[in-house]
Amino acid sequence: MANWIDACAADDIDEEDVIRFDHDGRTFAVYRSPDDNYFCTDGLCTHEQVHLADGLVMDHTIECPKHNGQFDYRTGEATRTPVCVNLGVYPVKVEGGRVLIDI
Amino acid sequence: MSGIVIIGAGECGVRAAFAARAEGFDGEVTLVGDECGMPYERPPLSKPDANGATLKPICTAEMLAAKNIMLLDGVAAKHINREASCVRLSTGEDLKYSRLLLATGASPRRLTCEGGEHAVTLRTIEDANRIYSAAVKGTRTVIIGAGLIGLELAAELVGRGNKITVLEAGPVPLGRNVPQPLAQRIVERHLAEGVDIVCNVEVARISSRAVELVGGQLIAADLVVAAIGVVPNTDLAQAAGLYIGNGIAVDEALRTIDTNIFAAGDCASVNFSGLGLQRFETWQNAQFQGEIAGRNLAGASGVFRPPVWFWSDQYDLGLQGVGQTIGKATAQRTLSDDAKILFYLNDAGQLVGAAGLGVGNAVAKDIKLAQKLIEAKVAVAAASLEDPTTNLKKLLKPAPAN
Ligand SMILES: Cc1cc2nc3c(=O)[nH]c(=O)nc-3n(C[C@H](O)[C@H](O)[C@H](O)COP(=O)(O)OP(=O)(O)OC[C@H]3O[C@@H](n4cnc5c(N)ncnc54)[C@H](O)[C@@H]3O)c2cc1C
Ligand code: FES
Repeated sequence: MANWIDACAADDIDEEDVIRFDHDGRTFAVYRSPDDNYFCTDGLCTHEQVHLADGLVMDHTIECPKHNGQFDYRTGEATRTPVCVNLGVYPVKVEGGRVLIDI
Repeated sequence: MSGIVIIGAGECGVRAAFAARAEGFDGEVTLVGDECGMPYERPPLSKPDANGATLKPICTAEMLAAKNIMLLDGVAAKHINREASCVRLSTGEDLKYSRLLLATGASPRRLTCEGGEHAVTLRTIEDANRIYSAAVKGTRTVIIGAGLIGLELAAELVGRGNKITVLEAGPVPLGRNVPQPLAQRIVERHLAEGVDIVCNVEVARISSRAVELVGGQLIAADLVVAAIGVVPNTDLAQAAGLYIGNGIAVDEALRTIDTNIFAAGDCASVNFSGLGLQRFETWQNAQFQGEIAGRNLAGASGVFRPPVWFWSDQYDLGLQGVGQTIGKATAQRTLSDDAKILFYLNDAGQLVGAAGLGVGNAVAKDIKLAQKLIEAKVAVAAASLEDPTTNLKKLLKPAPAN
């Protein structure tokens, strides 16, 4: 069963940017892409558990703030060293100007 | 059958091996490394967690196997025979190569004063284990050299209850690679944490109990660590008749004067047209040069270009820098009370360097964008860099003119 959680307002996130969302002891990163779609991944980098919300979003890539590992935030795929383990990704929908994530 | 041979299984050598495969090379790829076990990251050695220095592997055995990369660990390369295109190994075997990469890294510079052998250095996991098991609560530790590694170690050891004295020969700590306004803030933090830092001093001799300065002052020491920089490992290359200039000299494609031999990472000195030989001692440089060299070993013709990025963690402070940060900064961006970035522009108004210091990763995003601005070589106005409300990304992608 889907478990849709209200994460934030759609315009809380700048275009091509990311914010942090914490829920029930877990932490996530919620993204808005340059083409105005929304995505959600695990919050912590798989290299050294650093929060990705301080990182840089360019196109569909999130670059970790610590050692510049990169992921495709649409799929969670690790795309640049030093990261080699993918991120978990979660379904997202936007309803009534709110971003909902299924976690 | 001969294939690609990589000497040195550190950050650079490992990246090169994977990059050669990514480029489609399907012959043999052999990594020869004189350290035992899986290749590991060095930066965590001076930023350990509560359990001491944890071994953080660069890759797993499965990842090497999946790409059919052969790791000969605990094996040193002893001699390169360029006529016969083979490397003599410490096992006595000869390994043929069609292309060879030297990724031999660097070794800590040794103290030359009397008793210098009493000082330990920090480069390998064994070094780190030795230091962290000796530096228990109450240990009086003297660190010689107030560079990044010396100060990271000071921060770590003061946190473990050591009494720390850092001795620096130069006039200021971090004089070599950190802009002084940022260095000062790091130093203030060390002083507040109880670290003693003494500059303009020369060590006369070291005994098992104390460090004696020129002038006679004695500093009691249970543990002495020398962190006075590194020297590139060039012996093999030199004996093979390759050109050495503060490292193994290579062109921008990371190729030596022998067209089948490349060098990259801490051991390589790159001859940039117009800039002369430049050697970098940073982790990301080792990765990037490794990737380019690896692809070139496999037949590509990539070139390496600065800027080079680095980071350092001390206490909860994160320092990041990219490019040339020499002289006085052109612009200063204050993100908050405890996060600041300095920018360096050239005469044409192009960004050439940036360095920032803040709690955690506060400066990370802007430093990454600074790196992209440097690479893009676009002219930027100092005023827009200084305004913390300017999104630096906008400078990178100027709004289309209408
Ligand atoms: C404690 C510490 C902390 C650091 N922290 C940071 C940091 O925070 N940020 C940053 O940017 N950089 C940091 N660095 C620097 C970074 O780790 C180096 O730039 C990087 O490791 C260089 O990689 P490399 O592969 O070129 O060389 P190395 O890592 O030195 O690897 C070379 C390898 O080759 C082996 N070798 C040498 N000769 C032979 C031979 N003849 N036969 C076989 N094997 C051989 C060596 O034993 C070694 O294993 C740190 C370094 C240290 C030591
Ligand atoms: S913590 Fe993300 S790349 Fe190291």
